[in-house]
Amino acid sequence: MKASMINYIKKILGLGWMALGPIAMIFLFIQAVDKVGLAHSEIEKTNTILQWGIILFIFFPISIGLMIFGFYAWKGEYEQSPEVSENNEL
Amino acid sequence: MSEILPKNNIFKVIGASSLGTLIEWYDFYIFGSLAVIIGHQLFPADAGASALINTLAIFAAGFIVRPFGALVFGRLGDLIGRKYTFLLTLVLMGGSTFLIGLIPSYKTIGYAAPILVLILRLIQGLALGGEYGGAATYVAEHAPKNRRGFFTSWIQTTATLGLFLSLGIIVITKNILGAETFSDWGWRVPFLLSIVLVGVSIYIRMKMHESPMFTKLKLEGKVSKNPLKDSFNNKANFKMVLLALFGATMGQGVIWYTGQFYAQSFLENTCKLDFNDSRYILLWGIAFATPFFVVFGAWSDKVGRKWIMLTGMLLGIIFYRPIYKTFLNDTSEENFAKNELFSSSQGFAVITPLANQVDSLRSLETKILFTNGSGYTKVQIDTISASRGILSAPGTLKDKILPKPVFWKFVGLIFFQILLVTMVYGPIAAFLVELFPTKIRYTSMSLPYHIGNGVFGGLVPFIATLMASFEGATPLSGLWYPIGIAALSLVIGTIYLSNKKDESIND
Repeated sequence: MKASMINYIKKILGLGWMALGPIAMIFLFIQAVDKVGLAHSEIEKTNTILQWGIILFIFFPISIGLMIFGFYAWKGEYEQSPEVSENNEL
Repeated sequence: MSEILPKNNIFKVIGASSLGTLIEWYDFYIFGSLAVIIGHQLFPADAGASALINTLAIFAAGFIVRPFGALVFGRLGDLIGRKYTFLLTLVLMGGSTFLIGLIPSYKTIGYAAPILVLILRLIQGLALGGEYGGAATYVAEHAPKNRRGFFTSWIQTTATLGLFLSLGIIVITKNILGAETFSDWGWRVPFLLSIVLVGVSIYIRMKMHESPMFTKLKLEGKVSKNPLKDSFNNKANFKMVLLALFGATMGQGVIWYTGQFYAQSFLENTCKLDFNDSRYILLWGIAFATPFFVVFGAWSDKVGRKWIMLTGMLLGIIFYRPIYKTFLNDTSEENFAKNELFSSSQGFAVITPLANQVDSLRSLETKILFTNGSGYTKVQIDTISASRGILSAPGTLKDKILPKPVFWKFVGLIFFQILLVTMVYGPIAAFLVELFPTKIRYTSMSLPYHIGNGVFGGLVPFIATLMASFEGATPLSGLWYPIGIAALSLVIGTIYLSNKKDESIND
């Protein structure tokens, strides 16, 4: 495949990663509300809130990271990977 | 510099680094291997399944804080050096593991027990977050440039060997003390033993020298003044941190923790295998597969890191469901019934009054053995109702012992899963080290590694068990989490990662 074609795919998929971050968080939030609602007893409710609280707390910053990754991809930042790590430096 | 290091010296460096890392993994894993027993000790007796899920949540908490440990100790490692930083992490890890072994149970101090264990577990996670990046960086910075994959793969074996050691010590302790004493207080022994192992490792590490590349950087006055800022406030480097996370470590983490931890949890809690049988299966699988860390690490020096890691992810996506379905089918009651019955012995019925004081529960255990050495315990729980007579529920099986051919088939399936672990994990230290420059390497590589492994991987047992407990879920539903994450990482890795090998990391 031509390099220009691969770079085009990288850019287009960047939009997908940007969208996937908030979609995943909305999905998890809906699941959390649903599962807490299904809890029968008070102790079960507390446990479910705790479990889903952990999941939302952890995945929120990661979903933001995925959005930033998507943004960089869309802007063409990954069109060419640096050949040596020193090129990462300021 | 690193290129002229004699061969016996590099093996000394690897040995000294690996021993400490192995002990840190041992400390970290005994908690997961004893989750069921610890759950009974930390939570009320009537907590049931939520005790296991909450214990897995405490287990997972240790993983979740690993990225914070990576930031704190990674920064220290880039500021003051690799050697002293991973000495500190070793002391923290050993101390907190020892203290977990001393925590009184829920019966004695109530909810203070799980809270104290949670705090110690968080310290363990922080320490591990600082350890691995330091050890991998330290070895890589000593290794010759064309054999970095081979030499760092020895560090990669320590995680699996740490699990092997933890399982071995648990099984030996249980066999010496007996099941009842082990559940009562014997589970503390593997935690307490850690202090001896850590003492030995500290002694060895004290004799180590600082990494030659870091020493050179320090002499030249080029050490980063603010590694966090240089790592994450610099777009050129930060975009590589994100790529390493989403294109490699995220998928690698779920493949690793599915093959080693979820497999064990599934065999013990879902398939209801006997405590020792489930651990023996894992021990054999690990013993056969561990050399492949070095095989794939060395191979990555020749063909590059990318495709070996991504192939491991792809095979996991394809084969996880058939493997776990086989586990379920082969441990079903129907499958056991095909064997020739040897004996059936019934225990005493235990009657427990229900809250209404009128009805009660009758629990009856029957031990069934077959001529080929397999067997199980059938638990029948009936409700004795004053108004409706005896209401029977379908019996459940526990403590299943497999026939020898099925046992070895399971060893083969675990071996295959750990083989996938060696594919994704063997080359990854070299891959991460080559992605980042020396002055911020410890910080930059530690963060994506510990988010990928600690968060995505460490949460596999917790999230998969939770998903399988949903209404309408099947025992295989939990597998969609590692399969989905590995698939996402595979797509990102295939499209965005390059297959380069950075010849020089002396920058």
